[in-house]
Amino acid sequence: MNEPEPLLKIENLAVRFSHRGKIVHALRGIDISFYKDEIHGLVGESGSGKTVTATSIMGLLPRSSAEKISGNIFYKGKNLLLMPEEELRTYRGRTISMVFQEPAKYLNPSFKIGGQIEEMVKLHMGLSKAAARARARELLKLVGLGRDERVLDSYPYELSSGMKQRAMIAIAISCNPDFLIADEPTTALDVTLQKQILELIRTLKNIEDMGVLFISHDLAIIKEIADRVSVIYAGKIVESASKESLFDNPMHPYTRLLMLSIPDARHRGQKLAAIRGQVLDSTSMPKGCLFAPRCPLAEQQCFSLMPELEEHDRGHLAACHFVGKSWNL
Amino acid sequence: MDLARFIAKRLVRLILTVFLISTIVFFVIRIIPGDPALLIAGIDATPSDIATIRAKLGTDRPLSVQYFDFLWKVVHLNFGNSMISEEPVTSLILQRFPLTLALAVFGMIIGTVIAIPIGILSAVKPWSAWDYVGLVISQLGMAIPSFWLGIFLLLVFAVKIPIFPLFGAETLASLVLPAFSLGFARAAILLRHTRASMSEELSKEYIIAAKAKGLPERMIKYKHALKNALLPIITVAGIEFGYMLGGAIIIEQVFSLPGLGRLFLYAIYQRDFPLIQGGVVFIAIVFSLVNFAADVLYSVVNPRIRLE
Repeated sequence: MNEPEPLLKIENLAVRFSHRGKIVHALRGIDISFYKDEIHGLVGESGSGKTVTATSIMGLLPRSSAEKISGNIFYKGKNLLLMPEEELRTYRGRTISMVFQEPAKYLNPSFKIGGQIEEMVKLHMGLSKAAARARARELLKLVGLGRDERVLDSYPYELSSGMKQRAMIAIAISCNPDFLIADEPTTALDVTLQKQILELIRTLKNIEDMGVLFISHDLAIIKEIADRVSVIYAGKIVESASKESLFDNPMHPYTRLLMLSIPDARHRGQKLAAIRGQVLDSTSMPKGCLFAPRCPLAEQQCFSLMPELEEHDRGHLAACHFVGKSWNL
Repeated sequence: MDLARFIAKRLVRLILTVFLISTIVFFVIRIIPGDPALLIAGIDATPSDIATIRAKLGTDRPLSVQYFDFLWKVVHLNFGNSMISEEPVTSLILQRFPLTLALAVFGMIIGTVIAIPIGILSAVKPWSAWDYVGLVISQLGMAIPSFWLGIFLLLVFAVKIPIFPLFGAETLASLVLPAFSLGFARAAILLRHTRASMSEELSKEYIIAAKAKGLPERMIKYKHALKNALLPIITVAGIEFGYMLGGAIIIEQVFSLPGLGRLFLYAIYQRDFPLIQGGVVFIAIVFSLVNFAADVLYSVVNPRIRLE
């Protein structure tokens, strides 16, 4: 069977940095492939390496001597990790773009929304002042802020948080990027706004044919938006599958426990399951499975041998020695 | 809140400040020892001479009467006549003010030109040569009193190497050394504020977003960060300018410049009540107006302030 060529491919990406004399393992070697016209959800707890994955793709990890980045990130045959800063800059915002979690903080407070869009299209697309203005107007319409002309001339503080997030999305897609990273774009919003923003991202993906990396700690949101899902735990991908396959047949104990912690109307009145124990200390480097200390299935083998991410069903990968084994809660 | 209400609110504050300052200066100069009538009459005067002078000056009236009379005049911006020269206080002040103002403006320009670029560069490139230059300037500026710097500059650049005049205020060149001594100390404080403000802005999230947009470093630093960093600097610069007016009074002594400083100093020596009162209230009004102007400017540049 002929696999389609991935748009962006992460190979064995590991990121560590030293913090107060200790080595912190932010990513412990991950592989993910992103495809055109597909929303890839990356889900995990805070500190699991989701944002580091995003900032590595963007080349926004501080390139100080303390950082150690290894592996490859291929975009159209070019390794982004080896690219000089000046060349990488022409990709950022232009072909690979990013939406951040808190629009209030990530928009510049002293510049009007219109200006923040215009400077980008002027720079990357070489548009004239008038053309940039027209493009900004068109983009605001696209993200649902078109009804009000004033948005263009508003400062971020004059907009509601939902409007701010739409404006930030307009900025991110302003140069028709091939790949969009959305890092918890709905976490700072209330539930009704969350739905609207998710719908907007899906619509835009369809219009622009973008590949999307959607990062969230919330499996319920991932279920709503993603086509394909990777579950990350302590800097390692533990399971990756199409959304249907993952939710129908979760293989990794961590994924299964995560699903039990989603509130579900069908199980009203039942207690939600919490995962016992704490996330692995990012400074430790165990030989075995990273999840073993919290895993209800863990046996001797799990503590001595790290399970590889292997295909157990068509396109469904999991890193566990005991895929398919059941347990009693 | 719109601009008109904002300005109205600040005006009320200005009036309150002037009222408080007037009251304080009125009582303070009457509590400290020294009777103007005695100073005018001299040591040989008879008690009846002194009483005549007191009656003429109006200092024989009850304190409350004098106080309300004074307040009434302040409302009309009339500070009476000098007890010594008998000229109107207002015209005495206005004659001398242009020189002091020129000195403060010139000092402010020198201070700003030193402080803002170096402050920005030391924030953008921490631990670079610029940062060390900034550190040295701010340490020296804060440690060296401006009158000492003035004397030092006079000795070097007017006596040893006579580039600048030793005294007088006939040419612009004669203002260079006093303005520098004045501006240097203020530059130190302005520089530290600029550096702190700029490095704070550079660590904010919108800088990461600007990088993610693919903007060039230069644009991120000198457009995105700088605009936000300069906002608080406007306020600091306004306060600094007020201090500059006060500092000018001492520097005028060092450089023998006939500005407000000498006028007020002699007024204090001679217990010239109307001139002291007028002088202090005048400085308070100018100080308030400068800060007010800085706040209005700040609110124009940063529209958020009016809402907060």
